[in-house]
Amino acid sequence: MHFNRRDFLTAGAAVTAAGILPSCAGTAGSGAPHVIVVGAGYGGATCAKYIRKWDPKIKVTVIEPNDKFVSCPISNWVLGGMKTMADITHSYDTLRSKYGIDWVKDTVIGIDVDKRQVRTAGGQTLNYDRLVLAPGVEIRMDTVEGYKEAHAAQKVVHAWKAGPETALLRRQLEAMPDGGVFVMSVPTAPYRCPPGPYERACLVASYFKKHKPRSKIILLDGNQDVASKPALFKWAWKTYYDGMIDYRPNNGPKRVDMKTMTVHTEFDDVKGDVLNVVPAQRAGEVTALAGARNDSNKVWCVVDFVTFESTAAKNVHIIGDSVLSNHPKSGHMATNHAKVCASAIVELLNGRQPDPVPVVANTCYSAVSDSTAGHVATVFRYNPEKKQWDAQPGGGASAQGDEINFIFNWAWAENVWAEVLT
Amino acid sequence: MKNLFITGLVGVGLLGTSLAALATDAHTRVIATTCLSCHGPDGKSKSAMPSLAGIDKAYFVAQMKAFKSGQRPASVMHRHAQGYTDQEFEKMGEYFAAMK
Ligand SMILES: Cc1cc2nc3c(=O)[nH]c(=O)nc-3n(C[C@H](O)[C@H](O)[C@H](O)COP(=O)(O)OP(=O)(O)OC[C@H]3O[C@@H](n4cnc5c(N)ncnc54)[C@H](O)[C@@H]3O)c2cc1C
Ligand code: HEC
Repeated sequence: MHFNRRDFLTAGAAVTAAGILPSCAGTAGSGAPHVIVVGAGYGGATCAKYIRKWDPKIKVTVIEPNDKFVSCPISNWVLGGMKTMADITHSYDTLRSKYGIDWVKDTVIGIDVDKRQVRTAGGQTLNYDRLVLAPGVEIRMDTVEGYKEAHAAQKVVHAWKAGPETALLRRQLEAMPDGGVFVMSVPTAPYRCPPGPYERACLVASYFKKHKPRSKIILLDGNQDVASKPALFKWAWKTYYDGMIDYRPNNGPKRVDMKTMTVHTEFDDVKGDVLNVVPAQRAGEVTALAGARNDSNKVWCVVDFVTFESTAAKNVHIIGDSVLSNHPKSGHMATNHAKVCASAIVELLNGRQPDPVPVVANTCYSAVSDSTAGHVATVFRYNPEKKQWDAQPGGGASAQGDEINFIFNWAWAENVWAEVLT
Repeated sequence: MKNLFITGLVGVGLLGTSLAALATDAHTRVIATTCLSCHGPDGKSKSAMPSLAGIDKAYFVAQMKAFKSGQRPASVMHRHAQGYTDQEFEKMGEYFAAMK
């Protein structure tokens, strides 16, 4: 192992603060260190599990408002009629009981970084030694004029957080007459799940092809080109859905009119029967409460990639979609952040040095029909000199869909759910 | 701040050798467990993915090298295998072989 001087000094300081001076680190009075994890999605649930797995002496409390884990991955399959809401909805019970995780069903509405306390909507105040924020993304409804109203009236949803909106969008698609128009928009990158919008277009097209073959899809993209796996998606649109998908790059939504069901862009006024506008995103609200939404645009969170500790808020770690990096914002990636972070927290709370050169990997499968899929996969190795993740050779994306990747797409989902929740 | 650094360095110095070993373990446990998002919790697959728990170390290392070189055709493993070193294959092989 090879350290430069700066790493060594930083590591030394971290060891001092966290381990060698435990009274300074402050263990909330009880002795056992306490980690609070906010949000039990892909990142948070995995992080809580692995802290307990790797050091059962550490007390872990998860704060999460939802009763159940509802997966965004495979939610496009629900929209395409290939799976149901029940297939993507999973219990937290095993995670809680098997790993002895304290669970608070609530929402965090306040963070005091100096006192190391969080406050919940339900009125609880909890102390932590280290805090993990894994809130996913906040959808910026105010970036498209008229969207807030249309969304509140449930006329135009994003379904970019799986749950009731997924079910509602599916019902809207089912109710749409044959020959109708489905208008979907793609936010400018970076956003959650780069291939997600294009997979959604494919699977809705797959549903239309079977049940409403005269229907059309207009895909309004804020990006210059398909933002992920362009060869794969363009191949699929041509091969399976020729003439059905009207792809318009550089044409993001500016305004939505729910009365006329029209999406207005700089260039077009596009009327549809079902509108699925997905606005721009930023790090979850709760990160701002810690002052950690600190990149130059105040949109994403800057972290030290060895520990995922915020560069703005001490003892506050941030993982998953909220983080600023060259990683795609995926569930798979969030589980990898979670493991690096869990391992680093365990090391720090034991007065040891976290791994200075972590390696993580991403894989995003995307179905392009009801029986074929492709993937993109990349391994990222941390470069401590440059403080960045270097994509390793060999990474890349499928140029076409096939049945093997479709089988492994679903196999991935079954295993990642088991890995995150059991 | 200066004091803090000095104390920290003394702390690290005291723990020197064992720290290096622990850092390697922490590295291995993370890279190995990241595979489980596909291969299933504790290396026991619930789906079409192969299981890794209890795999023979020599077989494991040979497969990873074959994925890396392209000698063993794969749907996705060639992309992952190219991201790791031979030493990491050895360490992961020990980790998965010991996994029950
Ligand atoms: C349509 C679609 C398809 C996708 N497909 C894939 C795919 O195939 N593969 C893949 O890897 N990724 C996919 N993704 C991306 C994936 O869903 C996200 O990257 C992933 O969920 C990020 O994990 P996270 O832990 O950061 O956030 P999340 O999983 O969103 O978890 C955040 C949790 O935090 C909770 N929370 C938020 N604020 C608070 C608060 N203040 N207090 C308490 N709790 C709070 C929320 O309730 C939520 O449970 C897809 C996304 C979409 C939208
Ligand atoms: C995206 C999902 C995915 C990830 C991540 C992944 N694997 Fe695999 N693995 C597969 C699939 C699928 C196969 C079957 C071969 C193929 O089609 O690529 C496989 C096969 C293997 C095999 C061969 C098993 C046998 O019985 O012959 C080994 C060994 C293996 N993987 C190890 C790993 C290791 C180690 C990692 C982490 C560094 C890893 N895998 C990460 C999906 C994955």
